[in-house]
Amino acid sequence: MATPIGFDARAWRPPPLVTSPLLRWGIGLGFALYLTVAVGTLEINWARVWEGLDRGWAFVLAFTEPDFTSRWRDISQGLLESLTMTVVSTVVGIAISIPIALGAARNLAPLPIYLLCRGIVAVSRSFQEVIIAIFFVAMFGFGPFAGFLTLSFATIGFLAKLLAEDIEDIERGQAEAVRATGASWLQWLVYGIQPQVMPRLIGLSLYRLDINFRESAVVGIVGAGGIGATLNTAFDRYEFDTAAAILLIIIGIVMAAEYSSSMIRARIQ
Amino acid sequence: MNQTGAIGHAPGVAGRAPMLELRQLFKQYPTGDRALDGVDLEVPAGQVMALIGPSGAGKSTLIRCINRLVEPTSGEVFLKGESITRLGQRALRRMRRRIGMIFQEYALVERLTVMENVLSGRLGYVGFWRSWWRRFPAEDVEKAYHLLERVGLAEYYDKRADELSGGQRQRVGIARALVQDPEMLLVDEPTASLDPKTSRQVMRLLCELCEERGLATIINIHDVMLAQMFVERIVGLRAGRIVYDGPPSELDPEVLTTIYGEEDWTTTASAEARRRDPGGPGTDEERLEGMV
Repeated sequence: MATPIGFDARAWRPPPLVTSPLLRWGIGLGFALYLTVAVGTLEINWARVWEGLDRGWAFVLAFTEPDFTSRWRDISQGLLESLTMTVVSTVVGIAISIPIALGAARNLAPLPIYLLCRGIVAVSRSFQEVIIAIFFVAMFGFGPFAGFLTLSFATIGFLAKLLAEDIEDIERGQAEAVRATGASWLQWLVYGIQPQVMPRLIGLSLYRLDINFRESAVVGIVGAGGIGATLNTAFDRYEFDTAAAILLIIIGIVMAAEYSSSMIRARIQ
Repeated sequence: MNQTGAIGHAPGVAGRAPMLELRQLFKQYPTGDRALDGVDLEVPAGQVMALIGPSGAGKSTLIRCINRLVEPTSGEVFLKGESITRLGQRALRRMRRRIGMIFQEYALVERLTVMENVLSGRLGYVGFWRSWWRRFPAEDVEKAYHLLERVGLAEYYDKRADELSGGQRQRVGIARALVQDPEMLLVDEPTASLDPKTSRQVMRLLCELCEERGLATIINIHDVMLAQMFVERIVGLRAGRIVYDGPPSELDPEVLTTIYGEEDWTTTASAEARRRDPGGPGTDEERLEGMV
């Protein structure tokens, strides 16, 4: 042995998260008990699972021979609708987000404006896209207009929040120097703030474009138009080969968007 | 009667009329810290004055109260007899054009080019859309080119500010302040992030330019030796009060103790120089010994 340990060697253990051993074991045991009981309450119809496996397999098989042609007219129309919805809602969303982001940055806005803009952000973020889509479909009927409103609304919460946080993190010295030259408030924004947050704004916008395209497929399922509606119809008709074709196209577009946006973001640091 | 004439010792400073005048300036932050505790100060045109004092003495607050980047709690500031402290927002912006400022960490907008940074000194003179499209008047652009040549960065106008070295950045900072055509300069720790050689070059350039243009200048500086080397007047600030105001040659250990507190000041270069040669203030090289 290299280092003989005497009988008086001092042991060390990391301090436990919960100090009381009774409580510590109690929490662990209670959780295990709950898990067992919870699993026990799940009713599983194994015969139905067996049947479903067959149907699932048919779906997987469809991917080996996707059918792009027989419903091509529906697919291309849905795609075009989705892309239009995506681009327009992203642009409109960004245009509305920027002033809200300025208001939601504590280092720019006075307290009442700050609270108002943070409120708008909170409302936009607390509802999932599908829920907003259902609301807008109920208000304005089926079709891409409801989808456009949904995605614009969701973009505001996302972009305004993250941009506001970037504005709050700017280097104050740079902005102070611009203020010291006698610049007006707008000039101060354009020279002192904008250059500092521009890479983040571009990156977030590209990212949101990505998300909006994917969401346009989801909100279509609840009736807000676009490729999602086409996909839903294909499922309803059990045309898994057409559904597979649509999914493959969505995957392709999302990957292309992901790749090109990461290339652009790398260039604008 | 002219307000500036009312306060005494202006003729004392080589007979020059005060460009800048601070009267009973107080600043108390919301946290309760009293940064300035009744400061009276006059700086004549063409004078380069160094403001020294320990960290937290209120040096930075003092110069920021002059162009109101920090609002003073009470007291008044005058530029050529015109009150700055009473101005409304619009008039304050016009006043800021007349006061150039140079910063500790350069405070250039890093993602803008050198030219954009220098031209940002003209923002107070041009309208919003012209500045948005970077369409500055030809004479402004000419002035910016000229100043970049003067500070030795003629080739760099299209470089991004974050590509430059520390000394180069501070030169851009100087050009940005001077393109404003200011009547006075506020300089906050211009050499704090620079090496000793670059520090001296930047200080020399700054003092030359101030003399050429007859600017009243306040330089906040930690490096006492460097200040002694270049300026004609030193003001010591401690806990928001002026505790010394005089020529650099009279900064002895006793005065330094008043400003900074107890310490063995006999090791300073100027004290060393006086000990060795009671006649003269000592050469630059001897002072530099104490600095590096």
